[in-house]
Formats: sequence, C-alpha cells, structure tokens
Amino acid sequence: MGHNLGVTSDGSNTVDPGPEVDLIAVRRRLRRQAASITAAVAPFGIVFGAAAATAGLSLLEAIGFSIFVFGGSSQFAAVEILGDGGSVPAAAIAGLLLNVRSLAFGIVMAPALTGGLLQRAAMSQLMIDESTAVGTATADRRARMYGYLAAGIGVFVVWNATTVLGHVVFSSAGDLIETLGLDAAGPAAFLALLWPRLVDVAQRTTAMVGALVALVLIPVTPPGVAILLSCSGVLVGLRVRKRADASKPHEEGV
Amino acid sequence: MSDATTVLLVLSVGTFALKSAGPLLLGGRELPARIQRAVDLIPAALLAALAASATLVNVSTLVVDARVVGLVVAAVALWRRAPFVVVIVLAAVATALTRVVI
Repeated sequence: MGHNLGVTSDGSNTVDPGPEVDLIAVRRRLRRQAASITAAVAPFGIVFGAAAATAGLSLLEAIGFSIFVFGGSSQFAAVEILGDGGSVPAAAIAGLLLNVRSLAFGIVMAPALTGGLLQRAAMSQLMIDESTAVGTATADRRARMYGYLAAGIGVFVVWNATTVLGHVVFSSAGDLIETLGLDAAGPAAFLALLWPRLVDVAQRTTAMVGALVALVLIPVTPPGVAILLSCSGVLVGLRVRKRADASKPHEEGV
Repeated sequence: MSDATTVLLVLSVGTFALKSAGPLLLGGRELPARIQRAVDLIPAALLAALAASATLVNVSTLVVDARVVGLVVAAVALWRRAPFVVVIVLAAVATALTRVVI
C-alpha cells in the first residue's frame, strides 16, 4: 500500500498467489510481522496507562478506553485534554479526528474481512494502524484476514495488559513523576507517534503549522479547543502537497 | 458520570462507527482522493499540537521548563532510530537531570 501507518511502517509487499503450501509460509511470515508489531506497542500501552492515571482516570476508565476505543493516539489525546481540564466535546472530537483514518482502513480491508454481520462487526473493532499494516502486507486475499487478525488480536491483548500495568504502577506516583522526569514521557510519546508520519514536506509543514497554531491559541482558548484548531495546518499541508505534486508530473500519489 | 466516562462512551461509539463503516457498508469503494489526502494529514497536525502542548503548557499558560530538554533529547533519539523504550527513558532522564542541575 505504501502508507506510513502508526508506530511502525511495513515495507513488505509481496504477491503470492501460489499453491496451498505457500499459504503456510505466508501465514508464518505474517505471524512474525504481527509479533514484532505487537511487541512495539507494549511501551506505548504502559505510557498510556500512566498518562491516564496522571489525568485522574480510574483504572476502570483507563481499561475502558483501551478496550472500547482501542486507538493509540486518540486515547492519548483524549486523556491529555481531560487532564488539562478540557471539555468533554474537545476531548471527544480530538479523539475522533485522530481516528478518522480508521474509516480509510476499513474501506481498504473490507473486501478481505468476510463473514456474517456480527463477525465483521467484531473484526472491525480491531481496525487500527497495525492490523491494517499487516493485513495489507500481502496481496493474497486469504492471508489478508489472517494477518489482520494476528496483528489486531495480538495488539489488543498487549495494549490492554500494558494499560493496566502502566496505570497500576503510576497511579500513586505523585511527585515521583517530576523527580523522575516522567512528565516528559507524554511529550516523547506524542513525538514518537508523530515521527514516522513526517515522510514528506507536506506532512512536516502540517505538523509545524499545527504545533504553532496550538501554541499561539492555547493561552486564549478553553483547554482542548486549540488542539482541534491545529487541524488548520492541514489546509497549509494540502497547498504544499499540491505545489509539490505540480513540480513532479510523473510521480504517482498513493 | 465523570467527564472521562462520557468521553469514553462518545469516543467508543464514534470510533467504532468509523472502523466498521467500510466492512459493514461500503464493500470495496474508495474514499475520494481529495478527502483521502486531507485525512492523511490530520494526525500530523494533531500529534504535533499535542506534543507541543504537552511540553510547553502548564494549565493554559506557556512555560519553558525541563520538559523541553526531554523533548529535544527524544527528537534526537528518534532521529537516530532508537527503540521507543529508549526514547522515553532518555527523555525522562534528561528532564530529571535538568531539574537537578538547574
């Protein structure tokens, strides 16, 4: 697919329409990809649990986010805004904006996710960067659902387990957080989520404008609103992309 | 019901709607290219805003403190392709040390 998704980017794209024995090899490779992607989310889950605790969420609320929302950056955003005293709409909208790409993932994965309505609905809950990345890493449609589920279920289990761990360990941390410099963990986590996306000038420009807009508006707007207004950076990014595409007439956009 | 629980409910339902629209409704059609391009850029804006806000803000005022050092160290670590755990630990240690030294 060529998209740079979420935490990791999966560069492998193979066409494998061969006989049955190839399916076994394909599935093994997909399991390996799913395993490394799953391991990569563990530290993020711990940081989320800790961030939720710092923002004043109960363990049950933190778990609720990781089970029912199940979207890394949107969970971080919602919790951050709530912790800053932001309004419910601001936190919810920021979270939803960060999950809009799930719609695109669902459209891409839809042909591979077969079964009855309930089965497709259940599988849809696992629609995240990582499951889509592994699910699209092979052109073999039979293997796509397998890869999607391997990554999706793996990440779901690890994400929730580490959420609990992070929350339990840090819920009574208090001053310890500043002494250990852990209040830099949130900023570092956002930066780490942002970093793989900065692949071209349009993304980088969008990020810079978004950050500047937010910083300028934060002192004069209710908590959370400035974060939402950072999306105005998208308009600048679209301009930049248009100009970049115009100067490269033979480049195919994905 | 706490604010957090309300956000949880709204975000859960909304997110599930986004995730399941494709598999349940659309059967293979694609988002218009223009919309897809805009959607691709949204996370960059939001994550950058959140990173900046988490670093430089204390309750609605801009503050420069030890967290900035942590963020710079995190950026360097990411640039050098360090694993996420290392990035977080380095950022935390840098911030803590800055507080000790300054």
